[in-house]
Amino acid sequence: MSVTIEKATAVRPFRVDIPNEAVEGLQRRVAATRWPSKELVADGSQGVQLATIQALARYWATDYDWRKAEAKLNALPQFKTEIDGVEIHFIHVKSRHENALPLLITHGWPGSVFELLGVIGPLTDPTAHGGKAEDAFSLVLPSLPGYGFSGEPAEVGWGPGRIAGAWAELMNRLGYSRYVAQGGDQGASVTDAMARVAPKGLLGIHLNLLSAFPTAVQAAIFAGYFPAPEGLLKRLAIALVAAGADKEPKAANATAAVFRRGYLVEQGEHPQTVGYSLMDSPVGLAAWMLDHDPDSYAKISHAFLDGAPSGGLTRDHIVDNITLYWLTGTATSAARIYWEETQGILAALKSGQKPPKLSLPVAFTVFPSELIQAPRSWAEKVYPNLIYFNEVDKGGHFAAWEQPELFSQEMRAAFRTLR
Amino acid sequence: MAGFATTSEKEVIATTVADGSIRPFRFGAPEEDLVELRRRIQATRWPDKETVSDRSQGVPLAKLRRLVEYWGTLYDWRKVEATLNSLPQFITDIDGVEIQFAHIRSAHDDAMPMLMTHGWPGSIIELLKVIEPLTDPPAHGGAAEDAFHLVLPTLPGYGYSGKPRSIGWNPARIASAFHTLMLRLGYPRYVSQGGDWGAIISEVLASHSPGGLLGIHVNMPGTVPADVLRHLRNFDPAPAELSDREKMAYDRLLHFYRDGFGYAAMMNQSPQTIGYALADSPAAMAGYYYEKFAEWTDSDGEPERVFRYDEMLDAITLYWLTNTGASSSRSYWEGAQAGGGPFDAVDIPQLPVAVSVFPAEIYRAPRSWGERSFGNIMYWNEVDKGGHFAAWEQPQIFCEEVRAAFKSLRT
Repeated sequence: MSVTIEKATAVRPFRVDIPNEAVEGLQRRVAATRWPSKELVADGSQGVQLATIQALARYWATDYDWRKAEAKLNALPQFKTEIDGVEIHFIHVKSRHENALPLLITHGWPGSVFELLGVIGPLTDPTAHGGKAEDAFSLVLPSLPGYGFSGEPAEVGWGPGRIAGAWAELMNRLGYSRYVAQGGDQGASVTDAMARVAPKGLLGIHLNLLSAFPTAVQAAIFAGYFPAPEGLLKRLAIALVAAGADKEPKAANATAAVFRRGYLVEQGEHPQTVGYSLMDSPVGLAAWMLDHDPDSYAKISHAFLDGAPSGGLTRDHIVDNITLYWLTGTATSAARIYWEETQGILAALKSGQKPPKLSLPVAFTVFPSELIQAPRSWAEKVYPNLIYFNEVDKGGHFAAWEQPELFSQEMRAAFRTLR
Repeated sequence: MAGFATTSEKEVIATTVADGSIRPFRFGAPEEDLVELRRRIQATRWPDKETVSDRSQGVPLAKLRRLVEYWGTLYDWRKVEATLNSLPQFITDIDGVEIQFAHIRSAHDDAMPMLMTHGWPGSIIELLKVIEPLTDPPAHGGAAEDAFHLVLPTLPGYGYSGKPRSIGWNPARIASAFHTLMLRLGYPRYVSQGGDWGAIISEVLASHSPGGLLGIHVNMPGTVPADVLRHLRNFDPAPAELSDREKMAYDRLLHFYRDGFGYAAMMNQSPQTIGYALADSPAAMAGYYYEKFAEWTDSDGEPERVFRYDEMLDAITLYWLTNTGASSSRSYWEGAQAGGGPFDAVDIPQLPVAVSVFPAEIYRAPRSWGERSFGNIMYWNEVDKGGHFAAWEQPQIFCEEVRAAFKSLRT
């Protein structure tokens, strides 16, 4: 019996090898897409435009080669190990430099480990990328549960808190007794949760999206579930004053807008219903993933329509990421993280339980086209031990993907004092 | 009033508004489209089961699989197509868009002309059961003087109506087009009825009070006063000053906006994005629409209790065959651009308004709210069975309601 347990929790090498018929089946489906009529506007205001998605589909069904993406992954040391009952897939690249700082980076939605491939070189081998040997990191890049080649949880409860616990166990299992963690998007929620649990060995974190709002702001956003004396906007304003952020109406509006995005509301409410669309129609999946935020949508459109990609958001990279969701059949389980997160926030607010205080060092980088331009005052409010705060001049929501060099420089600067 | 359109009036109308021809229309899906639909259904790629044992993550896998497997094997579209083709159907161009409609004249001369408008995710299929009782009441437990002439148009972007090619087809423009349709058919005096979008269009029409519209009946009234709406938009708990009956309505609306609004949030913002999957995947479309059958019928979330599979699939297949998943979603975008929500109070100061409140409707409108915006309530009743798809779920109750609602306009 103990043999079975050891086997499951062992760290086993992993290689991607998708059967040909799955790849061909995808191409066939893309080619057989039944299209709706064109949108009635000349911009993205009715959602993903027909010209953009048709250009993507043409490329996907004809020139695109999944085997190249697979080769990119298989060129890296990949592993699987079972943690808390779920198989976790991860990339593990050790730096050749002694004293490299172990760094765990968590991707988000609609992303994957693909969005992080561009930073592996600069972070693990800084001397080849304009950095110094003492800036080196050893990287652990896991796939979130329900995403990519990780297993799909069969029970509820896999919100950021439980994932954070699994990541601490992963680092422990890899023998890292001193490490740091980083994340944006859902990866930011997980990384924030890790820092609150503060597992032994975690020295500090870096975030590129403010996912933790002052409790009062979060309570305001979700207030409909609980008795509260005032309206949402007023409560939000009060909360922001409490957070010292009342001078930041732009950030407050951006925050409110994020919580009203269609994909977020639908995935938070009914991930299974939209999941049928995402599993059965490649183009339906692609459009859903492209409609994340106007900035990245505009950049991706350029990649397909004008051949002018923004940073790492090239046609291949975009399609690699979408194809990964398709071939692993994980779009529904990936959407569920929003449902889990909503349930977790509601349960915490209902019980009146505040998230654990966070005293670990936190570093933060604001990328100019991110959904929310987090004001320093907000970051200081939620992270009292803010060791680094910087606003850079380019990049958006998919910071590591769009601007790998700049992102890597930020990692080096952010964690320098923790080495 | 002796009849609603005398011959002389019809002639006048004919000379002033006969700028569009009315052509007969018949449904006839190409056989290859039905074969292709079955092929796509067989090839459905299903997600894994939800991680809960209820509907809290959306439509459960087992429920949808059963429905879609029936769709791909035993379901026969030709049956409902034959039913539709047994009705007099027409198509006519109004304001640049082809409007398809069924037009069923009662055998009773004094029948009242009634425009009935469906909603989303509906079609004239949801109105099929009420056609005979309304046009031929003596055969269905009513009196000859209860008879209606029925005009059942299909919304622009839905079914076999045309898809608008430019923006602006909001409820007001649709209402105006349907008024034109009634005049074009020679009905200078008529009433209007609807639920869902059909209710909103009837209300907008009544608020403009075009000459000839005598009154309206709605089964999803927009009554929420602006001050209450402000609280609702802020997700506040029910304000203390509300009566118990109003609180009940408020709580149901709050539930809708908190737990059942994702579909609308998506279509309000990005109808095109969700439109790709609705065009390409029968299972996606079935899941999207079945969810509303489950949530909005008087069935405790089990629409199979009130609709046969064939009925639900008739409704869904019409959207599939006409590829109108995206174009029908645009009506939400148009509504959002025009401002206001589906339950917002509409000021109708003078025109007679009748309301039937069905218990499982998204919210049960309290009369006290209705009285604040409807200046002339000719009829208000709460019935004991039925939900959002009132005519489809409870045709008999629905017909009794419509007869009672308009009785006072027939003297």
